[in-house]
Order: sequence, then C-alpha cells, then structure tokens
Amino acid sequence: MDFGIVELSRLQFAMTALYHFLFVPLTLGLSILVAIMETVYVMTGRPIWRQMTKFWATLFGINFVLGVATGITMEFQFGMNWSYYSHYVGDIFGAPLAIEGLMAFFMEATFVGLMFFGWDKLSRVGHLTVTWLVAIGSNFSALWILIANGWMQNPVGAAFNPMTMRMEMTSFFEVLFNEVAQAKFVHTVSAGYVTASIFVLGVSAWYMLKGRHLELARRSIAVAAAFGLASSFSVVILGDESGYNASLNQKMKLAAIEAMWETEPAPASFTLFGIPDQAARETHYAVKIPFAMGLLGTRSLTEEIPGIADLVSQAETRVRSGILAYDALMQIRAAKGNVTPEETAAFEEHSKDLGFAFLLKRYVDDPRQATEAQIVQAANDTVPTVWPIFWSFRIMVALGFSFIAVLGYFFVVSNFRGMRYPRWALRLAVIVIPAPWIAAELGWFTAEFGRQPWTVDGVLPTALSVSHLSVADLAITLAGFVLFYTVLFIIEMGLMVKYIRKGPYQDVAETEDWMRRHEARLKTSDDAVTMPAE
Amino acid sequence: MILHDLISLDVLRVIWWGLLGVLLIGFAATDGFDMGVGALLPFVARTDDERRVVINTVGPVWEGNQVWFILGGGAIFAAWPPLYAVSFSGFYLAMFAVLAALILRPVGFKYRSKREGHAWRNGWDWALFVGGAVPALIFGVAVGNVLQGVPFQITEDLMPLYPGAFHAKFLGLLNPFALLAGVVSLTMLLLHGAGWLTLKTEGAVQRRAIAIGSVAGIVAILAYALAGVWLAYGIPGYALTSEVAANGPSNPLLSTVAHQGSWLAAYALRPWIAIAPVLGIAGMALAILAMRKANGAALIFSGLAILGVIASVGLTMFPFILPSSIQPDASLTVWDASSSHQTLFVMLVVSVIFVPIILAYTAWVYKVLWGKVTTAEVTENKNAY
Ligand code: HDD
Ligand code: HEM
Ligand code: HEM
Repeated sequence: MDFGIVELSRLQFAMTALYHFLFVPLTLGLSILVAIMETVYVMTGRPIWRQMTKFWATLFGINFVLGVATGITMEFQFGMNWSYYSHYVGDIFGAPLAIEGLMAFFMEATFVGLMFFGWDKLSRVGHLTVTWLVAIGSNFSALWILIANGWMQNPVGAAFNPMTMRMEMTSFFEVLFNEVAQAKFVHTVSAGYVTASIFVLGVSAWYMLKGRHLELARRSIAVAAAFGLASSFSVVILGDESGYNASLNQKMKLAAIEAMWETEPAPASFTLFGIPDQAARETHYAVKIPFAMGLLGTRSLTEEIPGIADLVSQAETRVRSGILAYDALMQIRAAKGNVTPEETAAFEEHSKDLGFAFLLKRYVDDPRQATEAQIVQAANDTVPTVWPIFWSFRIMVALGFSFIAVLGYFFVVSNFRGMRYPRWALRLAVIVIPAPWIAAELGWFTAEFGRQPWTVDGVLPTALSVSHLSVADLAITLAGFVLFYTVLFIIEMGLMVKYIRKGPYQDVAETEDWMRRHEARLKTSDDAVTMPAE
Repeated sequence: MILHDLISLDVLRVIWWGLLGVLLIGFAATDGFDMGVGALLPFVARTDDERRVVINTVGPVWEGNQVWFILGGGAIFAAWPPLYAVSFSGFYLAMFAVLAALILRPVGFKYRSKREGHAWRNGWDWALFVGGAVPALIFGVAVGNVLQGVPFQITEDLMPLYPGAFHAKFLGLLNPFALLAGVVSLTMLLLHGAGWLTLKTEGAVQRRAIAIGSVAGIVAILAYALAGVWLAYGIPGYALTSEVAANGPSNPLLSTVAHQGSWLAAYALRPWIAIAPVLGIAGMALAILAMRKANGAALIFSGLAILGVIASVGLTMFPFILPSSIQPDASLTVWDASSSHQTLFVMLVVSVIFVPIILAYTAWVYKVLWGKVTTAEVTENKNAY
C-alpha cells in the first residue's frame, strides 16, 4: 500500500469538504432568515421588509453560488479519490446521495432562479412560496447528506455479501432512521442557523456603528437575535445528543474527545482542560469536573464509559475474529458460490469483524499471515490521534456557549431595552462574525478525524478506501483545487464586502406608493419619521 | 423488506440501464443548451448589452439544469456503484478538468454582473465559454474512449487498478477516434444552444446564432456519420463469451468477455435499434432547417438529435457499460455492475415518486419565465445578471 496516496487523498477530501462547509452553513441559515423576512413583508406589506429581504437575499446569492460550485466537486470525489470505498459501500451510501439530488437539489436549484428573477413575474405570495421552497430544499439536502454521513459513523441496515465483495443494504428504513444521522442533522442545521444569525447580527451591528441603514439594521438584529438564540440552544442541547450517540456506537471517538485513557468508575468525570500525551497515554495538567462525562455520555450514574486502553484490547479480540472471517471468506470465494452451510455459518459468525482484519492489510497482503506484533499494532491503530480531537471539541463547545451569551444579550436588549445597543456590544457583534465558521469546521474535524482509522466505522479502513492513482495525479488536483478555490474565495469575499458597503438599494416607487396608501397612519405613528430609511 | 421481489433483479437492471440513459439525455438536453449558450457567448454577442441578453436567456434556469449532472453522479453511485468507482477514478484528470470548468459556470453567471468594468466582465465571459465548451468536448472524448475500452483492471477483491505511466494514460485518452467523438458532442451542443438562442433572442444575436448554429450542425452530422463508419471498420467491439447470468451477483469477474468482432453486430441482432442513429441525424438536419423560423422547433429537433445520438451509443454497446481494454473479463455490464436488488428497487420507488414532481415544477418555472429576453428588459430589471 502506497502511503502517500492515502495521505494525499485524505488531505484533498478534508480540504474540499471544509471549503464546501464554509458556504453551506450560511446557505442553510440565511435561506430561512430571508424567508422569514419576506413572510413579514407579505403579511404587513411594508417596504422596509421587502428591502431587507432583497438585501440579505443578495448576500445569500453571492454565498450560494460558491456552495453550489464547491458541492459539485464533492458529488464526484467519492468515485474519483475513494474508488474502493465507492465499490464497497455504494450500495448503501449512494442511495441517500441520489435522493438528495432528486428531492433537494432539484428543488433549491430550480427555484433559486425564480427567487432572484421572479420578483416582477410572480404575485407576492407566489414569490414568498418560491423563497420558502429554496430554504426547504437546502435543509432537505442537509438531511440526506447527513443520513449518508451518519451511516459512515454508524453503519446500520447493511450486511457483507461475499459474492460481490461489498456491503449491501438490508434495510432502507434502518439507514433512514439511523439515530446518529438524526442527531447530526439537527445539530448541523442548527449550527447553520446560528452561523447565519451571527452573520446578520454582525453586519447589522456594523451599520449601526456607522449610523447607516438604521431601520434595516434594527429590524434585522431583532430577527437574527431571536432566531439565533433559539438555534444556539438547539446546537448545544443537540450537540450533547451527538455526544450521547457517539457513546452508543463510536466509543473510541468519545474516549478520544475526552482523552480518557483508562476506564473510570461510573460516573466518569469530564476533563475541562489538559494536555493529552498519546505516547504515555495520559493527560497532563488535567482539570476535571466530577460526574459530568458520565452524565453526558450515558445519561446515567452507573454505566461505565470505556477508556482507550480497554477499547484497544477489545479491538484486538475483534482483529483475531476478523482473521477468521477473512479465512472463511477466502474459502467461500474459492468455492465460487458452491458453499456448504458450515462454511456460510463460519463466515457469518465472524463477519461483523471482517473490517478489523482489513486493518492488517497495511502490514500484510493476506491478514491470515499476520504476526502477533502486527495484530497488536492493528489494534493500536484504532486509536485516533487524541490531542487535535480533544482541543477542537473543546473550542467548539466554548464557542457554542459564547454564542448563547451574545445572542441572548442582543435578544434581551432588542425586546426589553428598546433596542439601545451600547457601542461595545455592537463592536463585539462585528468581531464575533467568523466564530461560528470556526466552530463548525472544528465540529467536522472532531467528527471525521475522530472516526479514523475508519472511513466506515468498524467496516472499512481509510487506508483501503482510496483509488490507486499516482502521486502525480493527486498532486496536480490538490494544487489545482487549492489554487482555484482560493481565487474564488477571494473574489467572493471581495463581492460580499462590496455589497455590504453598498447597502440595500431603495425601491423609490414602492416606498412612495406605500406612503400614499398609509398617509393617515404616517401622520400619527412614530414610524413616519423614520420610514424612508436613512 | 420482501416488497422488492415484486420486480425481478434482471428487470430492475434493465430499467436502471434505461434510467441511466434518461439521466444522460436529460442532462445533455437541458444543461446542454446552456453549455451551448456559454460556448457561443463570445461569438454571438459582441457588446455588453448583447452579452447580458444572452446570459439572461439562461440566467434563471441553468442552475436547475445543472442538477441533472449532479443527479447523474448520485444515481450512478446508487444504481451502478462499480461504474461510479471505476469511471471517475479511471478518467481522473479528465474529471478534474470537467469539474474545474463546471465550477466556473455558477460563479461566472452570478458574479459577472456584480461589477462594472470591461476586464472583469470579459474575463467572466471567457470563463462561461470554458464552462460550456470544455465539458461538452470532454464528455464526447470520454464516450469515444468507452467505445474503445478503458485501461482498467479489477483485482479479486474487486479493487479497481489503472496500471501504466501517468502521462501515457492521460494522453492515451486523446486518441483520434475519441477526439472525433468530442467534436460530435461539442458541435451537437452548440447546435442545441443556438436553437435556444433563436427562440429567446432577436436581432443581431439571433442572426449570429443561426449562422454559427447551422455550421455547427453540419459539422455534427458529418462527424457523427464518420464516427459510425469508423466504428464499423476500425474499432473492435466486445462480446460476452460466458453464459449471461442476468440475475447473477454484481461481480464482473464471474463472466468472460472477448475483445473482438464489431460493435455494429448489435444492429444485425436487433435491427430496430437503427432508429436511434437515424433519429440523431434527422434531428440535426431538421434543427438546421428549422433554425431560421426561430419558433422553438429547432430546439425540439436538436433535443431529439441528442436523444438519438446518446441512445445510439447505449443501444450499440448493450449489455456493456464500461469495457476494459486490458482485462476484458473485468468489463462492466448491465448484468454484473449494478446495486443489489433491494437498493435498485428502493431507488426506483423514490424516482417514480420524485421525477414527475420535478418535471412538473420545472415546467412551471419555464412557463413563468416564458418569452423573449430583450435589451430593454435586461437594463430595466435590477435582478437580471
Ligand atoms: C449540512 C449540510 C451539507 C453537507 C454536510 C454537505 N452539503 Fe453539499 N450542499 C448543502 C448542504 C450540505 C447545501 C446547503 O444544500 C448547498 C450549499 C450551498 C448550496 O448552494 O447548497 C450544497 C450544495 C451542494 C451541491 C450543489 C447542489 C446544487 O446545484 O444546488 C452538491 C452537488 C453537494 N452540495 C454535494 C455534497 C456532497 C457530496 C457532500 C458530502 C461530502 C456535501 N455536499 C456535504
Ligand atoms: C461538509 C462537511 C464536511 C466536512 C467539513 C468534513 C470534513 C472532513 C475531514 C476534516 C476529513 C479528513 C479526516 C481525516 O482524514 O483525518 C474528512 C474525510 C472524509 N469525509 Fe468528511 N466532512 C464533511 C462531510 C462529509 C460527508 C457529508 C461525508 C459523507 C457523506 C463525508 C465523507 C468523508 C470521507 C469519505 C472522507 C475520507 C476518508 C477519511 O479520511 O475518513 N464527509 N471529512
Ligand atoms: C456545547 C456546545 C456543543 C456540543 C456539546 C457539541 C457537540 C458535538 C459533538 C459531540 C460532535 C461530534 C459528532 C460526531 O462524532 O459525529 C459535534 C459535531 C459538530 N458540531 Fe458541535 N457541539 C457544540 C457546539 C457547536 C457549535 C456552536 C457549532 C457551530 C456553530 C457546532 C457545529 C458542529 C458541526 C458542523 C459538527 C459536525 C457534524 C456532526 O457531526 O454533527 N457545534 N458537535
């Protein structure tokens, strides 16, 4: 096995996926915020809400295209760089991906054109419907891709078929209602809502600091703070749910997040800070909160959470069982399908550990020839590198709590303190804009790096999943993507800044029309003074 | 679930082979015209106003059209996993070029109008040109290579391998027959794009579209006919030499294949498939003739031509999907490269539900956007590209 290829392929996937996810969360959240604003417009008929809708929709559009552009790469990368993976689990994994196209991408992409071009061609309610369909389509796409990704973390509803040398679907419903996927979906879309809320909040705060577009900014802050606060609670509570699910099936990931080297008596404590030391298998300078981990991970006071050392010895047992499965598989294959019931039974007894035998393929071509030392090594390989996971998880969580604080503050001021925001708070809101992106990227890093050395947990090791390309192939495409994406990203940021500086444009005719119709109200209401924004 | 026994595996495989065709044709017929429009852009439109008109004819719809391509990827993954695994990694750098070109399109459409300035806009116009012309060419080149067989192997573990030196592999793809196939697909989509422009524009742009479209159409007919002759006399076909196990497991190594005879033997076996190439040529010819009328008939005829040309490749190769030139036994066929019975069934049910819904709302969107795009409209409408 050429190791450079595995490393380069991982790097490339990580790079393109993390890039894609720079744009995804804003699309997920902003599509909904824009739809909410347009709903208010349709219900009240007030031009300011139309202006807000159009302004945020412009920024949404600039972001959306790069989401689409980087998404196209993702759709084909599995085949390009992960061909054995695609063969091995395509029977299950391909289905949600295809359904995503049918159910979600067609919807969002078909209606997004009308959303921008249809203002004069559709009735108000018609246009509002289109905007909602775009939002719903985006969110459906997250659902299906996370069902696919959830399956990699928790491969339910599938079994190995010796005749086709791959996993095949045994129950579509188990794949669909995979609890890991459900928890991931809610956590990830909520993260998107938080991202968009913080973005809207920050940009609006900047306008307030500059004294521009105050009407738009105040109302936007009110919407973003309320929506964002609810979403940030959902992120934290359902992030916890993710942790719970990880403990159900990915015990190694949970132990790594926790840097829990040895099993602790229940209920385990939660390490707030510390410096994990992989070689010595201990965490230096650990600051612990008693009981917290046990409660978070198991929802009970008595259940134990296994530590890394115990999990490694369990893995060793499974590697040995996997070798038996591999042996039985080879016999079935040699018999070309004419197998005795005993042979089938021998395989089925150990088939759930077959993936563990594949861990040995890094060291020997035929796992049956593995030495004792190699078996121990393979079991040790099931431990991911702990410190990056440990830290990225903690930063994500800390940011999660800080978003509750920031959004909560703005929510209170916007609803109960007459929207009088102090300048320090507005500055803080501007500074915090990049934070949700950092949290989301670190979240993916925790989830995906924590899954190593597996692409499909317990089923297929990463090292085996790759396409047998040449290093030159990968170097060209990796350099190409980095270069290309970076240029696009710079252009995108430039346009974002330009359109934020420019601010909303005013639809003069409509504003006048509205003022004429509401003349009576304008004379008495406070709104009258501030109505023509700026 | 026992429901899937309602339809037997071999039938499902043939249905999914048909759906694969539907997807490719859907992609080439919808995204094809906006790729054609992109490739024509620098030539049919000279001033910024003209270019904006051309871009706005596809502005609201290219995004939905592009999903045919994405869905193509997803559906091949779900229904033909070995094909997904082998083809995209086998054509690795070509795929990269396609992706890079296709990525330029969304960005070009959306960002071009976001700034004034000749250099900015002209740059994006050429990006849109690349985004249309390059994929159109490469898809044809890929089909040309598939017909000759692709140099991949499959190990006993069903792991795909691509032996050989790196540059030899890449340059090997650019052989004369494959380039000819690339010309067919590029000119066919230019014709299709021109058909769309004659329907959606007026004046100078329309006249140039007719002129360029007609030339492209004639080249397409000649190249397609030449490729047919070449296929008959110059390129060996593939044939299954073991018994067909239509319900067998999806393991390409269980069958044997010979790289011999002619692809055109299929026409002796099933003469009715000649409809496809006839439709291809007739469609292109009628599209050229109808172009001057500018009433949309040209678009329909070029759509039919696309259907004919793509169907002719599929029907000629049946049951082969992706033959291997260096290990013929590893060739992927309809009978040994599909998903499991259960997955094919589930995906069929999902498609039967969603495809009509997609077609219905897509039709509605086109209806809302019906009519010519004019300079006046583009300048007035603040939302236009
Ligand atoms: C949680 C959400 C999420 C995640 C994890 C992913 N995506 Fe994504 N994707 C979206 C959420 C999304 C979206 C919100 O629907 C996008 C982003 C911006 C956009 O335009 O749509 C999108 C766009 C998008 C597109 C373009 C769709 C179009 O034309 O409208 C494709 C083909 C993919 N994605 C494919 C993928 C693949 C193969 C992924 C797996 C590695 C993936 N995405 C991860
Ligand atoms: C867009 C959000 C995502 C991000 C930011 C992300 C992040 C990452 C990262 C950082 C890696 C590298 C891990 C490593 O090799 O150390 C990775 C690998 C991978 N991810 Fe994701 N991921 C995302 C979504 C997905 C989804 C939705 C899927 C599947 C549906 C997926 C499938 C994979 C695969 C196949 C690999 C390569 C094999 C591996 O290294 O395990 N990813 N991803
Ligand atoms: C107290 C707060 C939080 C907790 C307890 C938490 C918990 C988790 C856990 C356990 C995972 C890993 C799931 C897995 O292994 O598959 C995860 C992943 C993730 N987190 Fe968080 N998280 C929190 C806050 C946040 C915030 C604020 C964001 C972004 C705004 C975020 C975004 C993500 C993303 C995008 C992923 C990857 C997708 C997934 O696995 O669900 N998280 N989170």
